[in-house]
Amino acid sequence: MFIDRHFIHEVTSPQAFDGLKKRGLHVFNIKRTTATADHNVPTKDQHLPIKEALSRHQVETLRKNCKEFGVELYDLGHPFQGIVHIIGPELGLTLPGMTIVCGDSHTSTHGAFGNIAFGIGTSEVEQVLATQCILQYKPKSMKIEITGTIGKGVVSKDIILYIISKISASGATGFFVEYAGDAIRSLSMEARMTICNMSIEMGARGGLIAPDETTFNYIKGRKFAPQGEAFDKAVIEWKALTTDTGATYDKVLSFDGSDIAPMITYGTNPGMGMKVTDRIPTVEELKEISEQTSFKKSLEYMGLKQGTQLLGKSIDYVFIGSCTNARIEDLREVASMVKGKKKAAGVEVWVVPGSKQVQEQARKEGLDKIFEAAGFELRDPGCSACLGMNEDKIPAGKYCISTSNRNFEGRQGPKSRTFLASPLSAAAAAITGKVTDVRDLIS
Amino acid sequence: MSKDKFIKLVSASVPVPNENIDTDQIIPARFLKATTREGFGENLFRDWRYDSNNNPIKDFALNNSSYSGKILVAGKNFGCGSSREHAAWAIYDYGFRVVVSSFFADIFKNNALNNAVLPVVVSDSFLKKLLETIQSNPNTQVSIDLENQKIGYDNQSENFEINPYKKECLINGYDDIDYLLNLNKEVREFDLAHS
Repeated sequence: MFIDRHFIHEVTSPQAFDGLKKRGLHVFNIKRTTATADHNVPTKDQHLPIKEALSRHQVETLRKNCKEFGVELYDLGHPFQGIVHIIGPELGLTLPGMTIVCGDSHTSTHGAFGNIAFGIGTSEVEQVLATQCILQYKPKSMKIEITGTIGKGVVSKDIILYIISKISASGATGFFVEYAGDAIRSLSMEARMTICNMSIEMGARGGLIAPDETTFNYIKGRKFAPQGEAFDKAVIEWKALTTDTGATYDKVLSFDGSDIAPMITYGTNPGMGMKVTDRIPTVEELKEISEQTSFKKSLEYMGLKQGTQLLGKSIDYVFIGSCTNARIEDLREVASMVKGKKKAAGVEVWVVPGSKQVQEQARKEGLDKIFEAAGFELRDPGCSACLGMNEDKIPAGKYCISTSNRNFEGRQGPKSRTFLASPLSAAAAAITGKVTDVRDLIS
Repeated sequence: MSKDKFIKLVSASVPVPNENIDTDQIIPARFLKATTREGFGENLFRDWRYDSNNNPIKDFALNNSSYSGKILVAGKNFGCGSSREHAAWAIYDYGFRVVVSSFFADIFKNNALNNAVLPVVVSDSFLKKLLETIQSNPNTQVSIDLENQKIGYDNQSENFEINPYKKECLINGYDDIDYLLNLNKEVREFDLAHS
């Protein structure tokens, strides 16, 4: 498969560049390759040298490699720097009909534009750098349809957490998923990206949504998108990127949008989620007996009891960020919830924008002032506490309500405990200090 | 880059029966800062192997001296989560050459195959029995015959699937880049026609 767009970052590329050097190869086409520093960068004082020696070395290695091989790098301090899956779309580098890869599993995000976009390992990064191609098996196809409309307080993060809770963390392994239905169609581009982003959390390497007017309007005028006549011509081609009428899928699932409520996870994989008003299942209620041991271990790790509710449970940290939910609309949602309010005592709140451009836009709109007044800290862009590679770690035993994508053991820091939720739900929890049904706070 | 050649292996094995073992458990993110492929083995399953004071957690299989060998046997949906190839490097660097499970996450499976680690998919019932057998007799020898795509121990055996191209690569120590570089001219033409 020929790759139209290859994104790289500091963590999964150094060994790939080393491989090229050992073989004496160049990057096949530097125009199709874009680099940024995001995974382990600090989110405070980005203008200063990185304090942590290993992180600094990794970012410096990326700089050296990009310079040596001629790859464009949006480095710390650059106005385009940010989380790799946020900057691609916002710069117009991500366009419908492309094949896109990156050494990161959340590459599925770009599928929201009607793309074949998926995460790869470092050996494959080396392959793509060297040959602009990748060997792939044809995946199976799955359609997930969300019919009707979603209720108030429910956002796209809730839709995807709902789907994963229904089909499990491995329910779509081996598939690429097309999301369809009225509830999906009515979403903004940024909301669609949140859905496609988490495809990998049910095992699907890719998830996509057919492009439409919402897609074209989003792309229009972006930095690297086709402009003027070229844009109009491209739109005609992009309009053809829909599934044929009568096409068949290997699997089709359909859910009623009105059944979806604000969601929260209680366990240590993203499939262990429920409506915020539900109670954690009991061991006896599990569908498969083989899951019992893992389930018990998971609840023990989380310090939770089977059969209980999470509603009202005190939390210690709120993390608003990550490639799932750190776009400007996410920050606007959070701001709309917290405007004129203050965070609960004892709760620490980090708002980490997905990119320099998101950060700038937030400031332009005065969102930074709203956050400041609420006691939230607006930081510099990066992956941050989603995976705790930099200093932003949740301490052992503490509960964090997080807008990120993974609640794995230790993901946000050794022994940290994660509840995944939407930006709205996270903002509501920041104010009350507890797991909250966001619908109770909006009239 | 040519890798080890894999043909046949007979070894004791190490059971980690947990399901949904994600790549953050195999190698936590804070250990991904190296710029080479070596040395990840010492942090394999770091937070399951050591407590917060870096003392080995006794009941974890990798710390149990009765278990040894080059085969890791794990619960279903092994390797889900992040695409980090460091997970495959850690498994290889620790000394494993085979992971047996009833289900693997896609990206991990590819990463393993690209690093001379053979993922062997067995049925749920075969896995259950194998785990029980190893736990009651850690010296059980498990044989992996890639040529004939067969896994066996005691009087039990099962065939496993593997993509014929990947099998060829593993047996001969080839990798995908060697193959793709041969298509360079055609790819160059395609690239020009589509830019």
